[in-house]
Amino acid sequence: MKNIISWIDRRFPLTSFVKNELTEYPTPRNLSFWWNFGSLAGVVLVIQIITGVFLAMHYKADASLAFDSVEHIMRDVNYGWLIRYMHSTGATAFFAVIFLHMARTLYYGSYRSPRELMWWTGQILLLLIMATAFMGYLLPWGQMSYWGAQVITSLFGAVPFLGDELVIWLRGDFTVGDATLTRFFALHYLVPFIIMAMIMVHLVALHSVKSSNPSGINLADKDNIPFHPYFTTKDLFGLCIFLVIYSYFVFFQPNMFIEAENYIPADPLQTPIHIVPEWYFLPFYAILRSIPDLLGGVIAMTISVLIFTLMPFLDRTKIPGGAVYRPFYRVLFYVFLINVLVLGYVGAKPPEGFLVILGQFSTALYFGLFAILPFLAKKEELWLRKKGLSPELEALIQSEEKHKAERLAAKRKAKGQQNEK
Amino acid sequence: MTDDNKGLEDNLVDDPERRDFLNTVTGVVAGAGVVAASWPFISSMNPSSDVLSKATSEASLVGINPGESKTVEWQGKPVFILRRTDDQIRNMSASPGGKDPQADADRVKKPDWLVVVGLCTHLGCVPSRSSDGWFCPCHGSKYDNSGRVLHGPAPSNLMLPPYEFVSENKIVIG
Repeated sequence: MKNIISWIDRRFPLTSFVKNELTEYPTPRNLSFWWNFGSLAGVVLVIQIITGVFLAMHYKADASLAFDSVEHIMRDVNYGWLIRYMHSTGATAFFAVIFLHMARTLYYGSYRSPRELMWWTGQILLLLIMATAFMGYLLPWGQMSYWGAQVITSLFGAVPFLGDELVIWLRGDFTVGDATLTRFFALHYLVPFIIMAMIMVHLVALHSVKSSNPSGINLADKDNIPFHPYFTTKDLFGLCIFLVIYSYFVFFQPNMFIEAENYIPADPLQTPIHIVPEWYFLPFYAILRSIPDLLGGVIAMTISVLIFTLMPFLDRTKIPGGAVYRPFYRVLFYVFLINVLVLGYVGAKPPEGFLVILGQFSTALYFGLFAILPFLAKKEELWLRKKGLSPELEALIQSEEKHKAERLAAKRKAKGQQNEK
Repeated sequence: MTDDNKGLEDNLVDDPERRDFLNTVTGVVAGAGVVAASWPFISSMNPSSDVLSKATSEASLVGINPGESKTVEWQGKPVFILRRTDDQIRNMSASPGGKDPQADADRVKKPDWLVVVGLCTHLGCVPSRSSDGWFCPCHGSKYDNSGRVLHGPAPSNLMLPPYEFVSENKIVIG
């Protein structure tokens, strides 16, 4: 065995890679359970890919066969019900884990320098996962599948000039049809592998800037401990808890996240009375509905997803750490969280009466909170300074500023030299 | 090697403009190649010939009583055929429409037959029939008996498909 490994090591950095990036990878000693969700998301992706591949062995991507083939999986295929429920519950689990992962990042300010690229690659991952989930939802070819796809592809009709042609191109038909189903299946199978590649980029970035931690402060070397065995155990423990909850839904509440309407085959001539997207799209859907104008609604919804990208620019406070040490930001965080839940509730209900007003108010608040963040961060810094920062914190800010100034000076110098040349 | 030759060689390697030009040309040719090569793939996603061949459908008007409507399929889309009562015709010609005003006369070939594409112009749901028009269940747009949008998020009136009366009781859509 030893010989084999040393043979490999002469040709491929196996031992050093495992040592540097896994077993002895330095990890902050103070990580809480909020740091479990990244690895959990990875596990869920693996569950989705494995169950998905096995479903694809029995599924037929044809408008006349798709619905029946899903029922065939549920009734005839050995353990087909289990594999399908794992996959459908897995989609919900994926978003639950990702949203918690994002909430952690927002609360602890993990998106701040030097982890902006972690945040942005994460954003790309979120978009890819949303696209995959949306395309996968069409595949059972039930009423909700069909009309969800019809509505979402229609959104592209709001694009000026090209809109109508773009929608027909996306669908490959004048309405959502067989061509749409087949291409969605192909892409639903493809995108997870792109997600895999993107996760690699996310991880390379992580291993270059290292994990953030609850203190929000960049730790000294002595405050790091090896990933193995400390965090392999902790991640495994978290995984066990996750699997208990996940299994509960797979075995006891598998239809909680599947609309009853979706057990009726797709009918292009009949829209269900009340169409709702999956729970993970509800807040964004509520924003779309709150704007009484097609193009405006589509733009607002798109921005509502992409706006997270701006966080590193909007939040320029010098106070280190996340919401723990920032009372104003903490309030903002919780208001935002509650507001997203309100939007989700509004998105799930028919657009009538009071809910329309509530949806519009929540939409305004959603964007308003991002808009006031830069001013709030400034105000908070002044307020905290007036109240008196602890000398340790002051020293920390000073040293961070010094580092920044040094980096800037080094950059200027390098530029000057280049110009001289 | 003579001095002359050496000068020439230096020029060849160190002429930055020449190098920039070659880089630009290579980039442009490669870019054009990528664009050209991607066209067949992009085009393949457009409706295929068999989908396009569904372009027209025939609909019989027999058996539709005044005030009743029928839904037929055209290009996979629902088309509403409404036989309007005299009252409805009178009301509709008197009303200018709502958000997207259009005279009722411009929306029909014969006043008692209204033919419209049954997809909400907002996000493509099928509106359901009510006595004074249609109502879209998805986002609450309302249309009158001329298929004109009255309120809701829909930006425009229900689309009019191209159609012809081939006989008293039959139309061809498309």
